[in-house]
This record gives sequence, structure tokens and C-alpha cells, in this order.
Amino acid sequence: MAVRAQFENNNEVGVFSKLTNRYCLVAIGGSENFYSVFESELADVIPVVHASIGGCRIIGRMCVGNRNGLMVPNSTTDQELQHIRNCLPDEVKIQRVEERLSALGNVIACNDYVALVHPDLDRETEEILADVLKVEVFRQTVTDQVLVGSYCCFSNKGGLVHPKTTIEDQDELSSLIQVPLVAGTVNRGSEVIGGGMVVNDWCAFCGLDTTSTEISVIESVFNLGEQHSSAIKNRMRDSLIDAMV
Amino acid sequence: MNVIGISDLVPTQTQGKILCCECGTEIEPNPSNMCVDCLRCKVDITDGIPKHGNLLQCKNCVRYLSPPVAWIPAQPESRELLAICLKRIKSALQRVRLVDASFIWTEPHSKRVKVKITVQKEVEGGTFLEQTFVVEYVIHNHMCPDCHRVEAKDYWNSSVQVRQKAGHKKTFYYLEQVILKHKMHQNTTKISQKPNGLDFYYSSKQDARKFTDFLMSVLPCKYQSSQKLVSHDTHSNTFNYKTSFSVELPPVCKDDIVCLPKKLSQQLGNLGQLLICVRVTNCIHLIDFSSLQIAEVSGSLYWRHPFQAICTPKSLIEFTIMEIEIVKQRHFKSGQGLVSNKHVLADCWVIKSSELGMHDEYIHVRTHLGHLLKPGDAALGLDLKNSNVNNDDLDKMKGMPDVILVRKVFADRQRRRRRRNWKLQRIGERGSSVDGEEGYTEFLEDLEEDKEFRKNIDIYIGREDGDVPSSADETEFPSVSLQEMLQDLSIKDDVEMDGES
Repeated sequence: MAVRAQFENNNEVGVFSKLTNRYCLVAIGGSENFYSVFESELADVIPVVHASIGGCRIIGRMCVGNRNGLMVPNSTTDQELQHIRNCLPDEVKIQRVEERLSALGNVIACNDYVALVHPDLDRETEEILADVLKVEVFRQTVTDQVLVGSYCCFSNKGGLVHPKTTIEDQDELSSLIQVPLVAGTVNRGSEVIGGGMVVNDWCAFCGLDTTSTEISVIESVFNLGEQHSSAIKNRMRDSLIDAMV
Repeated sequence: MNVIGISDLVPTQTQGKILCCECGTEIEPNPSNMCVDCLRCKVDITDGIPKHGNLLQCKNCVRYLSPPVAWIPAQPESRELLAICLKRIKSALQRVRLVDASFIWTEPHSKRVKVKITVQKEVEGGTFLEQTFVVEYVIHNHMCPDCHRVEAKDYWNSSVQVRQKAGHKKTFYYLEQVILKHKMHQNTTKISQKPNGLDFYYSSKQDARKFTDFLMSVLPCKYQSSQKLVSHDTHSNTFNYKTSFSVELPPVCKDDIVCLPKKLSQQLGNLGQLLICVRVTNCIHLIDFSSLQIAEVSGSLYWRHPFQAICTPKSLIEFTIMEIEIVKQRHFKSGQGLVSNKHVLADCWVIKSSELGMHDEYIHVRTHLGHLLKPGDAALGLDLKNSNVNNDDLDKMKGMPDVILVRKVFADRQRRRRRRNWKLQRIGERGSSVDGEEGYTEFLEDLEEDKEFRKNIDIYIGREDGDVPSSADETEFPSVSLQEMLQDLSIKDDVEMDGES
């Protein structure tokens, strides 16, 4: 299910929130509207947490995380770190990293198994990343954009990349991440995918400007549609038959 | 063994297609990630460009106002008009790139001008949109300041005063025709008749100066200019003058008898002092009736050594030719100037027409009109013996002829006028400079008699008064050949159409 939301008249949802399969961080805003959208969708499944990082609201761009852990930049205060620690499930590891490229959300894109990182990222950070988030790390670019976190967004089911990505690049990335990828846009033609949306395995949030075409692309690639049990059964059967043959 | 080229190693890059974010059609990614149609729906690059405008047109001179103050003559659908139209929306067009502009035809009486404009603009980083739209202008009437002043009838900035101290107006009739031929009357705001001449009024000094220069080139005249300070502004150091050009024409006219100072006649080729003026164009053409020697006196020479006619045209009396004998033996003097080969020297015996039959004392005259005169013909001449002439140069002369024949008298004027199958154009309503019909007829006759004289003017086929020419009249008159005439544009139908509108 893809939901449209707006943070204080700003469509860049991915800037002000961080969504994983086990928790959701939402920036502290003037009103609770933005939070409410997330809460109504997610509250009975995973914790939705108000958070700030280094006093900033752009938490989605500052931190990176998946179901296994959360990495925050060095600017995070102890208090903020403590608050996040208290709110997140115990299984989620939280790690503060000393990294020159402190906007971790912009330089790292990940799902629960794979992470694409900025080619210039510190080797130490890369190791911590592999350790904390339990992911395979690949230094990659998306359409020659080094800010992989900004220009692509992927879950365990699928991924959306910068609209200018060539077919060859898409194939390469797709073989690294092991999920289907598609080039597309959010927020009525914006190519900043990571900034414009957040996604986990069953839910996506994007800016209020996102058109229905974009929503349908997102839902299909991230496999978010309402699925009937028979459809799942069919697909499982197909794959089983495939495997047996 | 396969050879691997460099091109095989570089992976080919295929640009994938994305869905247009609005309508879902497959497109190449572009900066706005929208298909052209959606982009056009969303962005109006002509936004802010006015689609309506006003043009101010002066009805009198059919000029358009090009702000702030210029009035530009422009035909419908002309480049000038397009420039004026585009200038009206220039500030709005600066934000876009103008690609094309053209007129859409509109009925002239609708007072609407439609301009189709194509513009390009870059939208959202890199995509160029092209759009065509129509701007409609409404033409409003507004009298321009120049016309306003002319309408007010008292406006002029500079005047040209043309004067001739002569008792008749033939020179001005000639001048009128030359002005018409060269279209010099177009900038004139007013022409008024004054004693001994005409005043031409102009709204700018340049026009008046141009007209003066024109007069200098067509007639042997001189001028003086003067200016009068009307107002001045000490702050901006501007002075407002009214300028007058006083142009004086020489009083000598065609068929005048002149007596040159001895010095001038020697300078002109040692011809006699008593001469006849054959015609006045841009110089004065003189002929010595006793030797056929000719001389041309330019304007500058004339005004250095001015001379007067010794008689008026009215003092010429009619003589009848009794006997004529062409002079075969010609005496050529040393240092003699040009001799006319259009005239024929002849010895004549004449008698005053009034005294014809009373006595047999014929007067011997030497004349240059040998090619025209036959015994029995009448000719106008000056009876020098019996006339009282006040002229210093003439008083000093010795050995004067008794009679000087000036020109042949052709048969009566009425018949001649009826046979005239040509006409001239006039300035204004039946000619603003027209006065005596008599003088004008004489001018027309002069034109008929002198081919050189009519070289400088345009003659039109047609009749002055619409009389049917009587073909029965066989008398030989000098006339204008058809080759010299121009077809006057007969546009009566069009005029009526204009009148309806």
C-alpha cells in the first residue's frame, strides 16, 4: 500500500522519515499530521518514533538503517541516541559512526541484505555497515550520481532508481541487489527517489504530489498491491514447479 | 581467433524508457519527466504575454504611434507594422525566445490586427517548449501632433517665400509643374498666394531647406534665410526659431527683350546687347536675333550682373510680315560663341497690323524666326523706335533696330484651345496658384511652341474641359506629340469606392 503524505507542505517524505521493516522514525514537526499518517498505517505493527538527529529534522537523510540496525552520524547527541535506543526494539543495533560524509541517508541505500554506498565512503564505515546492518556492501553509483541514497530506493521486494538509469546499469544493480528494479520518478517527476519516498516490504510513503501513474509504478515494483491469497498460492505454485522442473 | 576491438569492451548504454508521471505513456527521461503533451498542459509559456493590445493610428496621415513619440507610416501587413506590434509586447517577450511572427488576415474595416506569434522557452531545466498564440490589436484613431498642427491651420515652423517681380505668373505655372513632377509639394503644410509670388509653409526646417535647394536647382534664383526667435528655454538651452527663406526669381521671362551690359555681353561670347529670352529653365537662355548667337546665363552669373527686360509683354504689338528673305550669307565674327541651329536668320519687311493697307512704308527687320514666318503671317514685336524705354544700357547703345520681332502669332486662341488634347496636373483644387485663366492659357501655348521648355514637366493625355476636338480644323498649330504625353491614371471607380468607405 502506497500512501501520500506531506511534511509541513514539503513533499520530500524521505527526508523527514526513515522506514524499515522493524521500526519507523519520523521527524518532529510543528503538527502531528505527518506522524499520524505513518501511525495510522504502521502503529499496530512496528513502533513509529519521533526522533531528531543532531537537532535536525532531516533524519531520513542523516541516518541509515534496516531491520537489523540503525546507523546515525556523529552529530547525534547522546540524548537523542538514548531516546532512539529506548524506543526501538532490542534486536535493532544502534551505532554512531564517525564519517566524513555525515549525511548517511544520502550516501547509503540499503535493504535488509544489500547496501549500495558512495564510492568515497570510509572503509571503516563500510565495515561497521556490514557489521551492524548485516548487509553485503557494494560501492556503486546510480546514473553517475554518487549519492546513491538520494537517487534510489529499494526494499527486499523491489527498487526504484533514477529515471535516467540505463538498462545496462539497471541490470547490473538488479543483479547486485537481487531484486527487480525499475527507473521512475516520484512527486510529479522528481528524480530524487530516496528523498521523495520511503518504503519497506509492505508499505510505502511518498509525497502528496505523486501522481497516480507514479503510485502505480511504485506499488507494482515494490509489490505493495492488495494481494489475494489465491494469487500468492498461484505464484508459489509456479515457482515450485519452476524449481522442480 | 577472434579479434576484440575497443568498441566491444565498452558496454553499450541503452537509455531506458520511463512512464510520464502524469499520463503514464512511455517516454525518454527528460528534466521534467513528463511527456510533451502533459508539459504543455501544465506550463503555459505565453503566460504573462498580453493577448490583446492597442495601436494608435492617425487617420489623416495613416501613421502608427510607436511609443513614446514616433509616428511611423506603415502599410497593412507590412514589416513596419509588425515591428510596431511586437514593440508593444516587447517587455513580455523578453522572457521567451521569439521564433516567428506573422499577420493573420483581417478585414481592414474591422480595425483589428491579428499577429500570430511563435515563442520558445526553456521549462524546468532543459526542456524547450514551443507555443503559438495570436495577439489581437485594436486600432484606435488618434490624430498625430503633426496633423493636429496642420489641422489647426496656423502651424508652420519655416516658410519659403518665392517672389518674382514680373507682371504675370507664367514662371509660377512652370514652377508648379516642376514641383509636381518632382513631388516636392508633399511635405508642404500650406501654400498661400502673396502679391508677386507664393509662400510655402513647412513644419520642419529641413523640409523648407530641401525645397529651397530644389528651387535653386530648377530656376536661376537666389535666396536669403532669416530666423526669428519664438521662444527659448535657458534651462535646457533649447531655442525655438521660425525660419524664412526668401527666394527671389529673376524678373526676366520667356519672350522678354533684354539689354545686357556691354561687359556681360562680351563675356557671353561677344553677342549683341539686345537679346531675346527664349526660355528660362535652370538658366536663362538668350538669343541674339540678329546673328542667332545664343547664350545661357546661369543663376549665379545673373545675380552678379542682373539685367531687366526693357519691355513688358503687354507693350508688344502685332506686325504683319509683308516680305521675308532667308539670309544665306552669314558673317561670322571672330570670338563668336554658339549659334542656334534651331532658328533661321531672315530679313523681314513688316508693317504694323493696325496700319496695314494705309501706307507702304515697310520696316526692315532682321529676325531669328525665319523658320516660322511666311509673308502674311503676324508676329508680335516691340516697336523700339516709337517706344520710350528706360534702360541705362540701352541708352548707351548705338545703332538700334527699329522693330524687334519676338514671336509668331498663331491663329486665334479659342480654336487652339479646342484642339488641345493634353493637360497638366495642378496642385490642389484647380490649382492654388491659379489666377488669370488668360495667363495659364499663354503658359500652355508656350509649352506647345517650345519642345525644350516642356522637357522638364509631365504632360498628360486628356482634355482640360472635356470638349470634343473638331477634326475639321486643319490649320497647322504647334502641338505636343503623343510620345511626350503620359497616361493619366483614371481611377474614378476607385475613388467612388473610397468615398463609400
